[in-house]
Amino acid sequence: MKSRHLLIVTPLVLSVLTSSAHADIKIGVDLALTGPNASLGIPYRKGLDAFPKEIGGENVTLIILDDGSDPSTAVKNAQKLINDEKVDLLIGSSSTPAVFAIAPVASSAHVPQIALSPVELGAKEAEWVVTIPQPGSIWIQPILKDMAKRGVKTVAFIGFSDPWGDLCFNSLKNAAPAYNIEIVADERYARTDNTVTGQVLKVLSKKPDAVFVGGSGSPGALPHLALAERRWKGPTYASPAIFNKDFLRLGGAAVENVMAATGPVGAYDQLPDSNPIKAVSAEFTKWYETANGEGSANGFAAYSYDAAKIFAKAAPLALSRAKPGTQAFRDALRAALREAKEIVGTQGIYNFKPDTAYGVDERSVVLVKVEKGTWKLVQ
Amino acid sequence: MTRRHFNLGVAGLILAAALLPLILGTFATTLLNYIGIATLVALGLVLLTGSGGMTSFGQGAFVGIGAYTSAYLTITFQLSPWIGLIAALAITAIVAAAIGYATLHLGGHYLPITTIAWGLAIYLLFGNFEAFGRHGGLTHIPPIGLFGFQLERMDQIYYLIWGTVFGAMLAAVNLLQSREGRAIRALRGGGVLVGSLGVDAFRSKLALFVISALLAAVAGWLYAHMQRFISPSTFDLRSGIEYLLMAVLGGAGYVSGALIGAVVVILAKNWLQDLLPLLTSNSGNLETITFGLLFILLLQYSPEGVVPLVLRRVRSKPGTVSAGPSDPALPYRELPARGSQLLKVEGITKKFGGLTAVDGVSFAVDVGTILALIGPNGAGKSTTFNLIAGVLEPTSGKVVFSGQDITGTPQRTIAALGLARTFQHVKLRSSMSVLENVMLGAYLRTDAGFVKGALRLDKEDAVVREIALRALTDVGLIDRALEPAGSLALGQQRLVEIARSLAADPVLIMLDEPAAGLRHGEKQALSELLQGMRARGVTILLVEHDMPFLMGLADRVVVLDFGRKIAEGLPAEIRANAKVQEAYLGGVA
Amino acid sequence: MDFDIAMLVTQDGISNGAIYAMMALGMVLIFNSTRIIFVPFGDLAAYAALTLGFFQLHQRPGTIWLVLVLSLVAFAIEATELVLRKATRRIWRPAFHWLALPCLPSAIALIVPADLPLAAQSALAVAIVLPIGPLLYRIIYRPVANASVLLLLTVSVALHFALSGVALLCFGPEGLRTQAFLESNLDVGQFSISSQMLMMVIAAAALSAALYFFFDRTVAGKALKATAMNRTGARLVGIRTHSAGATAFLIATAIAAITGVLISPTTTFYYDTGFMTGLKGFVGATFGGFVGYPAAVLGALVIGVIESVSSFYASALKEVIVFGSIIPIVLLRWLAAGSATPSDEVEEA
Repeated sequence: MKSRHLLIVTPLVLSVLTSSAHADIKIGVDLALTGPNASLGIPYRKGLDAFPKEIGGENVTLIILDDGSDPSTAVKNAQKLINDEKVDLLIGSSSTPAVFAIAPVASSAHVPQIALSPVELGAKEAEWVVTIPQPGSIWIQPILKDMAKRGVKTVAFIGFSDPWGDLCFNSLKNAAPAYNIEIVADERYARTDNTVTGQVLKVLSKKPDAVFVGGSGSPGALPHLALAERRWKGPTYASPAIFNKDFLRLGGAAVENVMAATGPVGAYDQLPDSNPIKAVSAEFTKWYETANGEGSANGFAAYSYDAAKIFAKAAPLALSRAKPGTQAFRDALRAALREAKEIVGTQGIYNFKPDTAYGVDERSVVLVKVEKGTWKLVQ
Repeated sequence: MTRRHFNLGVAGLILAAALLPLILGTFATTLLNYIGIATLVALGLVLLTGSGGMTSFGQGAFVGIGAYTSAYLTITFQLSPWIGLIAALAITAIVAAAIGYATLHLGGHYLPITTIAWGLAIYLLFGNFEAFGRHGGLTHIPPIGLFGFQLERMDQIYYLIWGTVFGAMLAAVNLLQSREGRAIRALRGGGVLVGSLGVDAFRSKLALFVISALLAAVAGWLYAHMQRFISPSTFDLRSGIEYLLMAVLGGAGYVSGALIGAVVVILAKNWLQDLLPLLTSNSGNLETITFGLLFILLLQYSPEGVVPLVLRRVRSKPGTVSAGPSDPALPYRELPARGSQLLKVEGITKKFGGLTAVDGVSFAVDVGTILALIGPNGAGKSTTFNLIAGVLEPTSGKVVFSGQDITGTPQRTIAALGLARTFQHVKLRSSMSVLENVMLGAYLRTDAGFVKGALRLDKEDAVVREIALRALTDVGLIDRALEPAGSLALGQQRLVEIARSLAADPVLIMLDEPAAGLRHGEKQALSELLQGMRARGVTILLVEHDMPFLMGLADRVVVLDFGRKIAEGLPAEIRANAKVQEAYLGGVA
Repeated sequence: MDFDIAMLVTQDGISNGAIYAMMALGMVLIFNSTRIIFVPFGDLAAYAALTLGFFQLHQRPGTIWLVLVLSLVAFAIEATELVLRKATRRIWRPAFHWLALPCLPSAIALIVPADLPLAAQSALAVAIVLPIGPLLYRIIYRPVANASVLLLLTVSVALHFALSGVALLCFGPEGLRTQAFLESNLDVGQFSISSQMLMMVIAAAALSAALYFFFDRTVAGKALKATAMNRTGARLVGIRTHSAGATAFLIATAIAAITGVLISPTTTFYYDTGFMTGLKGFVGATFGGFVGYPAAVLGALVIGVIESVSSFYASALKEVIVFGSIIPIVLLRWLAAGSATPSDEVEEA
């Protein structure tokens, strides 16, 4: 009997013990650490190690929960973090639907949120949310400009059949008319697919001038491989989410000459020294690769790194007004996030404005090209 | 535990449940809401899998249909969520009926695979429609309004959710104990038994399938209006698998298993989420692994789930019924006039590939007589029975029953004409009580359907119970009425089958070796019982090996050997017949 | 769609179909021998492919540790049984069977140089993964070997969660491809058929023939079939049901591992690739109606072609079509077969 009681008592005791007693700054994080989005979530998480352990005399604790790539688990986690752990700041999540799902929870609970996925929010929800990644409307511009320069009139799209694919396609769809470019194909594939032969054949049958691939991570390389097999020689563009070495490794020779829009961190060593992003990116790359291995730097961890930078700027401001663990602190943090100006990160320079969750501008995106297995800046 | 204690206990639980949101914090209430919603889905699965024997991995898709239908209608057309509910139920019913019709005839291993397939297909569809927000999902779903209140907060919708859960569980318990519920519970273990009782197995399965889909749809509706945001990934295969895991873990076949399973799975996942980060930083992964391993361990320890584990400690001995047989309100049917031919078998033949089991057998049975079919083992007696009763279709020949040609008609049609039978290999449902097994026999005598059963509006079921009790008294097993049928000795199980046939008030009763395994006194009693039935005008056809038993009982005897009829006549004639002796003994005595 | 494209799409469909066929064969094999619907079958293929991939990246694959842990657990279970039966002198047998033999390939992997030739690396990868199936059978399934099909299926699903979690732990979330065995393409007239695909199709056909022969014409195969149909009856006639199950798992794991290694050059394997691939294979087997191995292969090929064709015409709905097509096909099979449904008169108490 006794041992059975112990089995019930132990978790209760442990759960009481885990809820901490002192008023540290508590940051709740929700990410997809398992499931289809794990290839984004895990690098995001590693980048979060850049968060300071203490700031302004207060300890900083990160509580990280996994939503398994499911937005409703993300909601559950957000509710747990807000109601149980009483976090001062919410970070997450790693996919757009999850951010959409969490934002109302954070807003109604009056907890500030830093989102790691691009999201279009109405003015009311954007009150409590800021998002780090560049919006599609910004990063599609260099791609379209390059297409226009080459005289491209028709473009074919092939991307994920998931929210990221939708976002890439919609960004293209909204911005292409201004450049008089027509979209002639919209093909989709699943992250888990092994072949996209059918889709690529369909794309090529429409004889486009250029192809835009809306994938992310290593599955994003698949269309490029298939296009190379079919001996496609036209210009190929990719989304910012492929800036990681696995994409290059898997793509191999097939992704040579592929162009992508990416944050400046993608080719920071080729930026002019006058660009402040260069120094921060170098710092990030050195720090991340020391901890995770040579060549491991990627765009997702870079977003987390920027979140840490923003926090480092905003938190002292908030601390000067209120103590952590109180609603006043959360209000102050929310305000501070929008007060801090010109925060230099790896993916851009952040100025968060009142009516939108984004804080970046054209300085947050460059066009790069794969040359001999590395990213080269396209001037 | 007396009835009063039980009711008090339940009332206490309800009171405690009602007070919980006031005591617990928001997140705990949220968790309870998720548990409630999952219980609804698991409940459907408990009925489908545990009682009906059909495994479905696709319930997540039905939850999704319910959620998306209501969300779409309330957002786009600003309709009330209650209208959304009606639409969700309607659409889910149609889809489930269509899928069920196409796939439920599959048995065993095919069915789960097809459920995975359409579960995936439906879930993938959600992300493809612009109107459903594609992969981003739908936001700003309005809350449910009830009696003027907007159920916006977790502790408000809690009551609606748990009220629904309680109502559904009550209805499920009622259903399982009702006429259709017994038929459903009898489905597991093969279709021959239920067919012989007149149950349309396919219709029952289809109804169960639609019911479980509807429960899932209600869960989806509640979910959409509670969370106010839905996206396709919630309704993927993983969720379908999880609901099934809940049902199996709790104990498929037990209504409370749905609740227990949901509680255990959701709390365990929450607990793992709290505990694992203390041990390692790689926790996301470990949750899945630990969860899988714990599950396997539990299933190895108690394959039938948690509830039976608990019941084993708690269960008391089954009681006994006090009833003496009273006059049932259901009258006996009018039996045909004596002297006419009830059953005529004309030259029936059955070939299984190269083997001819029954070869051109013909005989007739008059109303109110007892005909015995005898012959050495392997002579084709049981096969002949199966040909008459509709289990097998004759390769050639004709069977006429009550003036109708019943050659090749399915069992249940013949049962409806007044045939009841027992089986050579006893077909009882061992986990159901003796009484319930006998009540199954009277399935065709009443007609209360699923709705009446769930709402406990079937007045006639009490009468059916009396009928069954009387039948059990007739065979001498009234003392064991409430025991599980599997606990009886084989001979007594055969008597239960006979009681079941009696409960059907048959015109023709076919008994396959009824005396096997009975002691002398029991055989006496059985013989008297059968003679009494004959006196009433019931016709009896029986297969027997026990010569003394049937010599005093049968009016006529037909002898089969190697599938052919070799002799027919009065018992005394047959006993002296040289061919018969040769067939049995290998030579004339 | 013109002829060229039709040929390309069909070829694509057939090469995918061949992969699904291998999956189907392995899963039907296990089911026919043990009544287990082995959901993690695809995961085993993924393990083999990823192990090979890690070799080529000069990293040590976590599979080695998985095998070690599994062998230790299996050995512990066996040893405990022997101790309880006071037969500890016979401990050398399980020690050899469950500890030494399974761990041998892993031990070799720990000591050999990183730069082995491709063939040796592939063989080693297969050899490391090979014991996993029988070990899982011993640890997870044997305690519940007599349970209902539903319970076994549930256990399989839970096992899949655990295995894919371990895969994520060992191999990370990123995908891998390995070097190709045969880079060449056969040129037949205008069309270029990849030799990789040809190899797959031939392997699937050969395997299907071998399995058919094994199960229908050899005593060992019939013993396996008998074990699944009636375990008690099989034991009564002297069939060792426990080793029958382990044998089936061994053969099936070999199929999975070889498939994984064969397709790893042309397929990007992630830690969770196995599930979908195995699932489509099993759906293909259902198309074929479980009547026999050739039919399972045919069904799998049909699925592959359906997938390729719909990825051309309606790529966003491709998966919907592939999985949704099971309903009309099942319906057609039912109508065509009349009312001859498979008899499932197993009296489950």
